[in-house]
Amino acid sequence: MNVEAKETMNVEAGQKIKFYQTGTLTVGNRLLDEDLRTVQASEERSNAITSGHRACQGCGEALGARYALDAAMRAANGKIIAVNATGCLEVFSTPYPETSWTLPWLHSLFGNAASVASGVAAALRRLGKADIRVVAQGGDGGTTDIGFACLSGMFERNDDVLYLCYDNQGYMNTGVQRSSATPPTARTATTPAVGTAPGNIFGTGKDVPRIAMAHGIPYVATASVADLHDLERKVTNAMQVRGARYIHILVPCPLGWGTVTNATIRVARLATESGLFPLFEAEHGEIVASSPIRRAVPVEDYLKIQSRFAHLFRPTRDDAHLAALQAIADKNIQRYNLLRNDHGNDARKEAA
Amino acid sequence: MKTPIQLTPPKGPVELTLPKARQIEGSRAIAEAVGLCRPQVICAYPITPQTHIVEELSAMVKTGELMDCEFINVESEFAALSVAIGASAAGARAYTATSSQGLLYMAEAVYNASGMQLPIVMTLGNRAIGAPINIWNDHSDAMALRDAGWVLLFAETNQEAIDLHLQAFRLAEELSTPVMVCVDGFILTHAYEEVELPTPEAVDRWLPKFQPRQVLDPAEPITMGALVGPESFSEVRYLAHRKQLRALERIPELSAEFNATFGRNSGGILRTYKTEGAETIVLAMGSINGTIEDAIDELRRNGHAIGAVILTTFRPFPYASVAAALKNASQAIVVEKSLTAGMGGPLAADVTLALANTSTPVYSVIAGLGGRPIPQASLESIFERARDRELPETTFLDLHWDAVNQAITKELSWTPHT
Amino acid sequence: MFQVRIHGRGGQGVVTAAELLSMTAFTEGLHAQAFPSFGSERMGAPVAAFCRISNTPIRTREPIADPDGVIVQDPTLIHLFDLFGGLSKEGFVLVNSSRTPESLGLSAILEKLPTGHVRTIPATEIAREKIGRPIPNIAMLGGFAAMTGIITLKALAWAIHTKFPKALAEKNIEAAQAAFAAVQHAIAGEPIAARGEELMV
Repeated sequence: MNVEAKETMNVEAGQKIKFYQTGTLTVGNRLLDEDLRTVQASEERSNAITSGHRACQGCGEALGARYALDAAMRAANGKIIAVNATGCLEVFSTPYPETSWTLPWLHSLFGNAASVASGVAAALRRLGKADIRVVAQGGDGGTTDIGFACLSGMFERNDDVLYLCYDNQGYMNTGVQRSSATPPTARTATTPAVGTAPGNIFGTGKDVPRIAMAHGIPYVATASVADLHDLERKVTNAMQVRGARYIHILVPCPLGWGTVTNATIRVARLATESGLFPLFEAEHGEIVASSPIRRAVPVEDYLKIQSRFAHLFRPTRDDAHLAALQAIADKNIQRYNLLRNDHGNDARKEAA
Repeated sequence: MKTPIQLTPPKGPVELTLPKARQIEGSRAIAEAVGLCRPQVICAYPITPQTHIVEELSAMVKTGELMDCEFINVESEFAALSVAIGASAAGARAYTATSSQGLLYMAEAVYNASGMQLPIVMTLGNRAIGAPINIWNDHSDAMALRDAGWVLLFAETNQEAIDLHLQAFRLAEELSTPVMVCVDGFILTHAYEEVELPTPEAVDRWLPKFQPRQVLDPAEPITMGALVGPESFSEVRYLAHRKQLRALERIPELSAEFNATFGRNSGGILRTYKTEGAETIVLAMGSINGTIEDAIDELRRNGHAIGAVILTTFRPFPYASVAAALKNASQAIVVEKSLTAGMGGPLAADVTLALANTSTPVYSVIAGLGGRPIPQASLESIFERARDRELPETTFLDLHWDAVNQAITKELSWTPHT
Repeated sequence: MFQVRIHGRGGQGVVTAAELLSMTAFTEGLHAQAFPSFGSERMGAPVAAFCRISNTPIRTREPIADPDGVIVQDPTLIHLFDLFGGLSKEGFVLVNSSRTPESLGLSAILEKLPTGHVRTIPATEIAREKIGRPIPNIAMLGGFAAMTGIITLKALAWAIHTKFPKALAEKNIEAAQAAFAAVQHAIAGEPIAARGEELMV
C-alpha cells in the first residue's frame, strides 16, 4: 500500500523549518561562519523525516537518519530517493496511512534494501535522471546480517548508491535480539546474561566497514550521533562521488542498551572516546582520515551506564571480560592511530 | 509397426534471404521477444534451465542490439527480483527470469512485487524442486508460488512463449501487476523449432511506452511499502484479489487484440482441441499438450470421443471458463507435472473445484515429474482406461512400482535403536 | 515424420549437430524440431540429442524412442548403451569409425536393416583434416545427408553458414562435403576414402 505523502504530511519538502531550540549545539551554531554551520542549522534544510513519527524517546536512529538524509538532500539539491530495509526506522516512520518522509521513499523487504536501491539507480541512469541520487538505509540487522549478500553485491558492482547503516547493535525492532553487530558480553534477549560467559560471546561478530573497504568502493566512513557535524560532513563527502558508498553510523538505542533516554549522545560519545567505535574515512579501500581522541576514556565508563553490560559489574566485577573489552578498544586506538598528537604520533607513547 | 513417412523430396533451400519464420532455440526466441518489448532494466542470476535466455539478453545489450537497457548481473535470485522491484518503482520497464530453486530463493520478493503492484515481467523456465536435486522439467516451481499474487501464464510452444511475453508486458502495465510467463525448462527453452518474431515497429504499436501507475519521484514524493495494520490490511488484500479478477477479464480481450494485430491465436484463458462431442476431456498446461493432441488424434481415429483443454491462464484461476469448457464432458482428466505430497495434483484440485456444481468426475494423472518423459503411448493407454471407466482417481504415470515398494518395505522394517 | 537420434560424448558437438540438422530441414521448407537430452553432462560424458523432421507442424516434444535414423558420433558407446533401441525397420545407422560395421560388432543391426542402411565413415579423421579439430558432428551430417537423402548438402551448407562465422563455416562445409562424397563413393560400391573429392555446392 502506498501512501500519497502529500495528503498526510504536515510539512512539505523544502518548507522553512521552525526552530524551537535555539543556540544549542543540536541545532547548530549559527554564530559560526556560514560555511561551517550544520545542515540542520539552516532554515532551508529539507526536513526529510519530519516530526510525528513513532520513534522512542531518545532514539539515536531517528536523529541519525534526519541528519544524514537532510545532508544528502542538500548535497543533491533535494533530489533523493530513499530505499529502506524493514526495521525500526521503517516501522516508526510509516504507520499507514501516515508517513514521516517528505522525500520519495520505498520499503520493500528486510534483506534487500541494497538491491532495490541498485534497481532504482539503474532505472534513473536509464531514464536520464542520474541527477536524482539514491540512498539506501537499514539497521545493523538488515545490513550486517540478512541484507549482507545484497549489500556485498551492490558494493562489488559499484552501483551508484549511498548505503547508510544505522547501527544500534541488535534487533531492537523485534525486542532486542543479538545481531552480528552486537558487541561481546552485551546482554540481549537471545544472549542472556546467564551462565559462565554471560551475554554475547567473545570472538563473534563482523566489522562491516572494513568488509566494505575490502570491496574497494570509493568511500567508506564510520560516524556517530555523538558528532552530528562530522556525520553531516561525511554524508556530504559521500555525495560528492559516484559509485557504491557506505557510512556506518552508531545510533544508541535506549531500550536495547538500557540507557536513560537523555544519555543517547553521551553514550555514543563514550563509545568513540573509549576507542570502541572509531571514527574514520576510507577511499578505495584505504583509510584516509580518522578522528583522534583527546583522552582515551576507560571502556568501563562507557559500559557502566548501560544495563546490557550490568552483569560485568554486578554482583561481582568481571575483570577478565572488562579487560578483554578494553583490549578491543586499545587495538582500535592502535589500528587507527586515534591517540596521535599534533605531529601524528601516538600521544601515549610520547607521554611515556 | 511404424514405417518412415516419406517426406517431400528435398528441393534445396527455399529462401536464402531471411525468411519470416526462423529456426532458433526457444531461449533465443524468448530473449528476442523480451528485447522487442524494450525493457529498460534486466537483472539476472543464472540457474539451469533459464540460463540461455539471460545469456542471449546480456549479449543483445552488450552488442547494442538491445538499446537503452541496463543489464545487471546480480548475486542471487533474491537480488534479481529486488533490483527489478527498485527499477520498476523508479519508473523503468523491468524484466528478470528464473527457474526452480531460484524462484524459491526469491519467494519473499515475489510476494513483495505483487503486493506493491509493480508490473514486472518474469520468465519462469519450469523445473523441478529438490530435494532430491533435479534440474529437469516439471511444474513444481510455479505451483510452489502459485498463490503469490502474480498472473501465471503457461506456454505450449515457443511461438506461444514469444506471444505470451508480448501480451504479458501489456497486461502487467495496464493493470499494474506482475506477470510470470511459464515455459517448460529444456523442453521449450532448449528446443530449436520454427518461430516467427514480429517487427519492432509492430511491437511498438502493440506495447505503448511504460507509464508507471506510481513512481518514486522527488518532484512528487510518495511513500511506498508502508506498514499496514489490521484496520486496513483486509481492504488491501481484497483489492489485490479484485485486480486478479480484472486480469481474468482483460486476458481474453488482449488475446483477441493480439490475434487481430499479429494474426495468431495465442494466449487467452484456455483453448479447446476437438472437444466437440467429446465424452472425455483432458486438461493440461504447457508443452505436454502437443503430445496430448497427437494422442487425441490417434484415439479419435479409433472412434474414441476425446478432446483437450489447453489451459494458458493458471493464476488467476478461471473457474467459470474451465467449467464451461468441460460442461459437456462426462469425465475430465487432468494431466499435470506436479504433485503436492499429501494432497495430490494441485491443478486437479482447482479443476475439481471448478466442477463442484456438476457431476463430472475429475481424474488426476501425475506425470513427467523431474523430467520423466511422457510417452504418447502411456497417455493413450491412460485415456483408453478412462474410456473403459477403469481409471483410478489418481494415477502416477509410468511409476516404477517395484522401486517404490522396495523403499516402502525398507521404511517399514526400520526400528529405533534400543 | 523422420526422427533422428544422435549419440556422442560431451564436447563432440552432438547438440549442435541436432540443431544444424533441424535448421537444414527448415531451410528445405520442412518443419523441424531439435533438442538435447537435457543432461548436466560434462565433457566426455555420453550425451544424446534429437531431431524431428516433418511435412506438418510437430507437436510432441518427448524424447525420440523410435527413431528413423541413429547417428553415433563415438563408436565407444556402441556396446555401452542400447543405441538402436526402437529403430524403425527401414531405419538408418551411421557410425563414426574408420572400421567396417561388421568389425564394430554391428552384425545384429546389419541383419535387421535393409542393405546400405548401416554405414561407417571416418568423421573424426575428416574433421581433423578439414577443420583442424577432431569434432566429427558436421562430417557426420554430410554423410547422413548422402546416406538418407533427407537433406541436401546445399541446405546443410546454408545452415552451417548461418550457425558459424565465415572462416569456420567454410572449413566445416568442406568436412561435410568430404563425408558426403565418401558415402556416395561407398554407395557406388567404391571404397570409402577419408580424403573424398570435393563436391560443388
